[in-house]
Amino acid sequence: MNHSVSICPSGDSAILIQTEQTLDPANIAFIGAAASSIREARIIGITDLIPASCSLMVCYDPTVVSYRELKKQLESALTENTDSTAHVQRRFVIPAVYGGVYGPDLARIAEEKGLSCEEVISIHTSAYYPVYMIGFLPGFPYLGGLDERLHAKRLEEPRLKIPAGSIGIAGSQTGIYPMESPGGWNLIARTPVRIFDPSKKEPVLLRASDLVRFMPVSEKEFEMMEQAVRDGKDVCIEEKGDASWESGL
Amino acid sequence: MGIRIIKGGMFTTVQDLGRTGCQDQGFHVCGVMDRRSFRIANLLLDNPENEAVLECTLIGPVIEFTSEMIIAIAGGDFRPKINDQPVPMYQALYVRKGDVLKLSSAVTGRTCYIAFSNYLQIPVVMGSRSTDTMSGIGGFKGRKLEDGDYIEERIKRRKYLPWFLSRKLDLHEFEEGRKTIRVIMGPQDHMFSYQGISSFLNGEYTVTGNFDRMGMRLEGPFIESRSGSDIISDGICAGAIQVPDHGKPIIMLADRQTTGGYAKIAAVASADLPKLVQSRISDRIHFRKISVEQAQSLIMQEQTEFQQMRDRIHQPCREVLDVRLTAKRMDRLFDGQ
Repeated sequence: MNHSVSICPSGDSAILIQTEQTLDPANIAFIGAAASSIREARIIGITDLIPASCSLMVCYDPTVVSYRELKKQLESALTENTDSTAHVQRRFVIPAVYGGVYGPDLARIAEEKGLSCEEVISIHTSAYYPVYMIGFLPGFPYLGGLDERLHAKRLEEPRLKIPAGSIGIAGSQTGIYPMESPGGWNLIARTPVRIFDPSKKEPVLLRASDLVRFMPVSEKEFEMMEQAVRDGKDVCIEEKGDASWESGL
Repeated sequence: MGIRIIKGGMFTTVQDLGRTGCQDQGFHVCGVMDRRSFRIANLLLDNPENEAVLECTLIGPVIEFTSEMIIAIAGGDFRPKINDQPVPMYQALYVRKGDVLKLSSAVTGRTCYIAFSNYLQIPVVMGSRSTDTMSGIGGFKGRKLEDGDYIEERIKRRKYLPWFLSRKLDLHEFEEGRKTIRVIMGPQDHMFSYQGISSFLNGEYTVTGNFDRMGMRLEGPFIESRSGSDIISDGICAGAIQVPDHGKPIIMLADRQTTGGYAKIAAVASADLPKLVQSRISDRIHFRKISVEQAQSLIMQEQTEFQQMRDRIHQPCREVLDVRLTAKRMDRLFDGQ
């Protein structure tokens, strides 16, 4: 294992394994591989693994295994770590309406960045974003690779209620709220797509390492799509065939 | 046969120890807020450790039993009554068909737990019966209980428990208004200045009204970060203490999200979480730093304590065994009193 990691406690029932704290695809690949080698090691007492973009949280039952014992076992599981296996990335196109009540922070972000709203929209919709992790809420995708011109700090005072489908920016990441919830991201748009639907067999739409692109739509189109979703139709497009994303759009 | 909810109370949900094993898909753990009281309620009835119970918050429910069973209530004091007669907390209680259990509002603490000897007929969703109200899954229809809801019992066998009269514990918890909460520092304590750490460990924080199953916000001395407290999101454990740039702690509880992007200065020791979540608005809190090893030995101590409780309720009742007491009572019977 050539990755340098740090292992430290997070409370008395979890251990945090951290790589260097940068959003680097190599870190994501390492975390994925580390999670699978820990699963394979079948260590007794582990209750949950929470992979993130540059960390892996291992939750455990301290009445079964102590912090010291588990740390030792994790270290040895990580040294026996194998390479991450290559797998096919799925690609999704997510329609979104930008600004206004749907993206209350769009105008402020544009002003802070010295851009017009149209420029922010065109920058945000012109890239494929890899899903770095699913977290925060069931199905909430953390999307990496956001253009540097759009990087923005989280809100100092998180909002108490954010509508489902809201698309936000925090730091160098963008994401979609799967359900109504509190949150501190800058909201720039909203999608009619239900990325979390408990009535479905697979309630969570996106998985880590999927690719996501946003497609701007008008308010009217948004309302029509919302109606279609209520009628049980899918408005999210999964792109098939050869990837054109690597060469840009 | 089972229980009918006449009044749902403020926020009554079905909970067990929570939904673990699928946090990587973003599913919240949920589960009971106060694991200690939950365990004691089940322990009084010899229920399995992870048997689902009703968690009541601040204002309790009114419940009608449609079959006979044994129940136990543990946690904050909700002044329970059966058919308008006060009944004790922390004791196995026999209820008949048609009996009505009424919980008032919490006099001490914030939540209490009702365990049932006949268990609740609640489907297991992803390994747990806990209600996740935010995602609308698990528990009773994925939501809090409402007036008129009906929950079936899962088994019918237990209308009698051995040592019935011994099944009580003399516990008076959650009465203090000023609490010391032990914490394990990290994982991002290095992001706070010396001043910030010092305010956190020496200052007094108060519980605010921003307090639900997801988390609690505290008011108190500003906790200064070195250069902002945004991090690349990582996993959040139960009791993690996040400090956003506003410098005030937010403690993450049962319904917390799986990951978050604010630096976590410390995490509450599991053994002190019950005391913390039973806090009331404007209770004062002091944090004290301990090591992870110390925190884990507190957990083991509590395991021993549970075993002692189990031993205590698993013996014949003294009052019944006392010959003189029995003779006195019989005497009264013969006298026709």
